[in-house]
Amino acid sequence: MPIHDQSYRRYGGLKTSPGRAWSVIARAGIMTMIRKRAFMGLMLFAWLPFVVRAVQIYVAANYPQTETLLAPDAKMFRDFLEQQDFFVFVMTIYVGAGLIAQDRRANALQIYLSKPLMRAEYIAGKAAVLFTFLMLVTWVPGILLLFLQVMFKGSFEFLKANLFLFPAITVGALLEALLATFTMLALSSLSKSSRYVGILYSGILFFTAAIYGAMLAITGDTSLSWLSVSSNLHQIVDLIFRQTPRYATPWQVSLIVVLGLIALSISVLERRVRGVEIVT
Amino acid sequence: MQSSAPADSRPGAPATDPVVLLDGVTVEYGANRALQEVSAKFSRGAVGLLGPNGAGKSTMLKALLGFIKPRVGRMSVLGLDVAREPLAIRARLGYMPESDAHIPGMNAVTFVAYCGQLAGLPAVDAMQRAHEVLYYVGLDEARYRNVETYSTGMKQRIKLAQALVHDPDLLFLDEPTNGMDPKGRDEMLELIHDLGHNKNVNLILSSHLLPDVEFTCDSVVVMDKGKVVAQGPIDELKGPGGRVFELRIKGSLPAFVELLNQAGMECHGTDEDVMRVFVPTGAGGPDGNDQRAIFALAARHGVQVRHLRPSVPTLEDVFAKAVGEE
Repeated sequence: MPIHDQSYRRYGGLKTSPGRAWSVIARAGIMTMIRKRAFMGLMLFAWLPFVVRAVQIYVAANYPQTETLLAPDAKMFRDFLEQQDFFVFVMTIYVGAGLIAQDRRANALQIYLSKPLMRAEYIAGKAAVLFTFLMLVTWVPGILLLFLQVMFKGSFEFLKANLFLFPAITVGALLEALLATFTMLALSSLSKSSRYVGILYSGILFFTAAIYGAMLAITGDTSLSWLSVSSNLHQIVDLIFRQTPRYATPWQVSLIVVLGLIALSISVLERRVRGVEIVT
Repeated sequence: MQSSAPADSRPGAPATDPVVLLDGVTVEYGANRALQEVSAKFSRGAVGLLGPNGAGKSTMLKALLGFIKPRVGRMSVLGLDVAREPLAIRARLGYMPESDAHIPGMNAVTFVAYCGQLAGLPAVDAMQRAHEVLYYVGLDEARYRNVETYSTGMKQRIKLAQALVHDPDLLFLDEPTNGMDPKGRDEMLELIHDLGHNKNVNLILSSHLLPDVEFTCDSVVVMDKGKVVAQGPIDELKGPGGRVFELRIKGSLPAFVELLNQAGMECHGTDEDVMRVFVPTGAGGPDGNDQRAIFALAARHGVQVRHLRPSVPTLEDVFAKAVGEE
């Protein structure tokens, strides 16, 4: 009797209903990243600004003579989120560039989509991987800083006076993570090379910033900041943190550009994530 | 949670019900019609989907999976409408794609278990099934190796394993022996035969290789240029309605083929210089001596018969007849 006759048997166990595959994809993607030493190093590095800010809050809370210089305010939290932009950029490329591109290279899409999952579930699973890590370097440390401020000071006075900070940190981090996640996923779906995707993403960010920089140099007017992807985000987040907007562009325009980019990315994903690539 | 329902125990599913039905299905890629008003019925068991390259076999499978939406027509798989219940269908379906396909960065057992989880198996069960199916397809020794380091034959096996892990009621196998060496090919065909005949898994084997289909399948759907040109049980298609001879002659071949055709016999060439002549019942004259009829025809027209040997009708004859090959 051939060996294989002894092994295969029908499955009599339970199966989950369709609709949960996105969590399987997300979990696998997150675990794949966590197993990489380089990634964990990057993650630790991304938390260094948090440590610095935590020390600042501790010193300001325990040494009143430093309070005028180091006392936390809404601007400190806004600055912290802006400092994290660099890590958001690096992590988006490191984690996101290959999320769909590598599946396309290995023809994995037809494996995924032959299982009982919708295209939206596949995209949600992939997006969850990048989104989770981006929130881990923006929202989580931001909220923790707020928590530490209360802990070190031993009172809710600051929190009560700046109650808007919790939703501000949440919305600011959410907007940044969603924009980075969807634009990167859309670019990743366009190519089979994660290196090319990384270059493309960097190119778009730097190119749009350079165009705005050139226009600013020519006109001396900041109302064209909507040309730059990152400037639009800064403009909105400034407003969320109740800071004076740094550009003359109306925040509504910046918001439309950001939401438009997310919508465009979803549209690209809808076209590109398919079980079969049809070239006519 | 929902329980799995093996095909043979599905309530209200008579054994004679077809597993796949297509009714007037047309699929277009731009101006190119890949499937033209295809109506076909795939019975239970192992069914071959046969046709030359570009006949529309893979397109049909992809349309049944819901990857491609047909312009017109209706399709059902395991009694479920493809347009309305694609997820329910895919939960009970295993697909082995034609091209190399894997999830990057995983070893074989992780990959197969992951596919099991995607199909709804709990993590522990998926891992257990992954080990079992990898053992079944002959990859037990290599299960902890990264799939990207696999040879072509091993990649074919891992594709079969991922299609089997969730215990599907129906398997779509798209050119499963592509790129395999003869030994590996034989082993793969043995596995497919075993699945279809001993493990109660319904399967559709898409191939352009006639011997593969003949060895593994009981019935066949023959396609050519986006149309179904023949379908039914292989034995019936081979039919008792005539005999087949291998024939080699000296003389004008086209003229003699024309004569044979006029006498009601069908001829088609093979890879060598031997023709296969199909003599329908009755075409050999009232005494039924088909050989003598061919000799008599040759003698009358001064053609020298160098080789005439009775043969058995094969799937190749069915295929050649169906696609009008000469």
